[in-house]
Amino acid sequence: MDQNNLIVYLEFEDGRVADVSLELLTKGRVLASRLGVKLEAIVIGDNLTDVEKQVFPYGVDRLYKVSDKRLYPYTSNPHSAVLINLFREIKPQACLMGATCIGRDLGPRVSSCLHSGLTADCTALEIGDHTDPKTGKEYKDLLLQIRPAFGGNIVATIVNPECRPQMATVREGVMKKEIFDPEYKGEIINLDANKYVSDEDFVVEILDRHIEKSKINIKNSPIIVAGGYGVGSKENFQLLHELADTLGAEVGASRAAVDAGFTEHARQIGQTGVTVRPKLYIACGISGQIQHIAGMQDSSIIISINNDPAAPINTIADYVITGNLEEVVPKLIKYYKKNSK
Amino acid sequence: MSLNIIVLAKQVPDTRNVGKDAMKEDGTINRAALPAIFNPEDLNALEQALRLKDSHPGSTVTLLTMGLPRASEIIREAIYRGADGGIVLTDRVLGGADTLATSYSLAQAVKKFGNYDIILGGRQAIDGDTAQVGPQIAEKLGIPQVTYAEEILDLSDGHVTVKRRLENGVETVKAPLPCVVTVNGSAPDCRPRNAMRVQKYKYAASPSEVAKLSDERKALLEKRPYLNLQEWSAAYVDADPAQIGLPGSPTKVKAIENVVFTAKDCRVLTDNDAEIEDLVKELITNHTIG
Repeated sequence: MDQNNLIVYLEFEDGRVADVSLELLTKGRVLASRLGVKLEAIVIGDNLTDVEKQVFPYGVDRLYKVSDKRLYPYTSNPHSAVLINLFREIKPQACLMGATCIGRDLGPRVSSCLHSGLTADCTALEIGDHTDPKTGKEYKDLLLQIRPAFGGNIVATIVNPECRPQMATVREGVMKKEIFDPEYKGEIINLDANKYVSDEDFVVEILDRHIEKSKINIKNSPIIVAGGYGVGSKENFQLLHELADTLGAEVGASRAAVDAGFTEHARQIGQTGVTVRPKLYIACGISGQIQHIAGMQDSSIIISINNDPAAPINTIADYVITGNLEEVVPKLIKYYKKNSK
Repeated sequence: MSLNIIVLAKQVPDTRNVGKDAMKEDGTINRAALPAIFNPEDLNALEQALRLKDSHPGSTVTLLTMGLPRASEIIREAIYRGADGGIVLTDRVLGGADTLATSYSLAQAVKKFGNYDIILGGRQAIDGDTAQVGPQIAEKLGIPQVTYAEEILDLSDGHVTVKRRLENGVETVKAPLPCVVTVNGSAPDCRPRNAMRVQKYKYAASPSEVAKLSDERKALLEKRPYLNLQEWSAAYVDADPAQIGLPGSPTKVKAIENVVFTAKDCRVLTDNDAEIEDLVKELITNHTIG
C-alpha cells in the first residue's frame, strides 16, 4: 500500500464523528492536496458501520476502521497500540488529532513510542520549506505547526524536520468545518483489531462515565466575562454566560452583583472573593469599586463595557466601550462568530 | 501499605502576569523579568500526593524536577508543604529540550530513583501548555497513564481509582500500579506551608547553593544531613546524549513572533458595529481570544 500520506485520527462517540475531527479533515484535505498525497482517516471503536457516510464528504481517500467491543469507550493504551502498529506499516508523513482530552492523552503516547515530534494546540497548519540554521540542510514541504506559547505572549512556528509522522493537535473550533464534495467516495479498509492490540493493553478499566457539569473555576480561566450591578438582572446575566460560552470563558461577578442575587457567590471577584489575572477581562456594567479592582487589576487586557463614561473601572481599562451592554454583548458574540474561523 | 510517591513538578515563569518588560529588544523572552513560580497544576498534584501519604502512613513523597539549579526553590516549597525531599535534574546538556527529550530525561531519573508506586504530576505547565510530558514519561517507563485526574478516590490492592474531568463529564477509571497520574487544575488546591516545617527546612540547600554559603551554614548542613537537597546530572541518570537537550528533540522552533500588546493607553469605543467588529478582529489577530 502507498505510504507517506496524511492521516487524521477520528474521535467517535455516540455514533457520531466529533466536530473537531471533521474540522481536521477539512484542513487535512487542503494540506494533502497541496502535498499531492492521500487524505487518510482512522476510526477506532465499536459499531462503526456509518462512519464512512459521515467522513467521505470531507474528502477522505482512505478510511481505516478498527472495530472491537473493548475499544469503546476510549482508553489510552489500546488506541495508542493501534496507531503505533499501524503507523509502522503505513508510515504517514503527518498525523492530526483534536486537542481534546482524548487527543492530548493519545498523541504524546504515540509520539513518544515512535520518537516523532508532536506539537500541541496548533492554531494554524501550513506547508512550507525549512532550512536548518546550523547545518544549512534544506527540507521541502514540511508541516509548519503554528501555536501560541508562553501563555500566549509569543507565537511559535514548529517543524519536525527528521522524524515522521509530524504530529499536531488542534483545538475544537480553530479550523473551519466544510464539506469538500457530498459525492466523494474513498476506500474502506477494515483492520483486524487483534493484529494491532494485545490483551495486555487493556489494563485500565472504566468503572463509570457520566455527564457532570464542572465546578466554577474562574481562577484558572484565561478569559473572564464579569458582570456588575449594572447588568441589572439575573436574566441579563444569561447574556454574559452566552458570551463566555462563545469565547471559552468563565463568568465572574462583582460583589454588588452577587449581593443583588444576579449570580452565585462562587463567581465573586475581589477582596472578598477570588483574585484573578486572566489574559482578558471583560467587565460588563461594573463601576469599579476598589475592592473589586484589587481582585482583577493584574489582568493582561481589560475591556470595560459601561454606559457611564466616567465609571472608575475605565481608568484601568485598555478598551472602554461606552454603551448599553444589552446591545454591545450580542454584537461581541456576533462578530466573534463571524471572524473566528 | 506505605507508598513511594514521585511528584513531577516544574518551575515556570509566571506567564499569567507578563508585563511590558517581558520581551527583550531582540524579541526573545526576558526570563529575568518574570517571577519564577511553582507550576500551578503541579501543586494540585502535590496535594493529591500528600493526601495519599496521609491515608497511607509511612509513605514518602519525593519531588522530581528538571530545570536550572534555582529550581531547588520549588523543592523547598514542596517540603514546607509536606513533601519528604526532592531531586533537581540539572545539567547544561539538558537545555533546549522539547517535550520528548524532557520526558526521556525525567524517565531516566525515575529509573535511577528506582522503587516507586505512583507518579503524579500536573496536567500541564503554564509556559508550554502542552500536557505531553506526563503521558510520554508513562510510555517511556512502559506503564499506564491516567490524565485529567480530579481526585484519587482509592488506592489499594495494587490499583488506583481515579476520577477524571473530561470536556463534558467525568469518568472513573481503575489502573494498576505503578502508573502516571496527571492532575487537573480543578482538583483541590494544595495545602499551605506548615510553619514547623518551614522552621526545620528553611536552610535546606542543593550542592549549587551550598557552594555559595558561608562556612557557618555549610557546617550546619554537614551536621543536619536532611537539609541537603539532591542534584542529579544527565550522566548520573545514564542519559543517552543523543536523546537529550536540543539534539534529542525532534521538534525545532522555526520562527518566533511576539504578540505585541498595545500599551496601556486606553481606547474608547462606542457601541457602533464597525468599531466592535474591529476590536474583535484585533483580539483574534493577537491571539487574545480564539
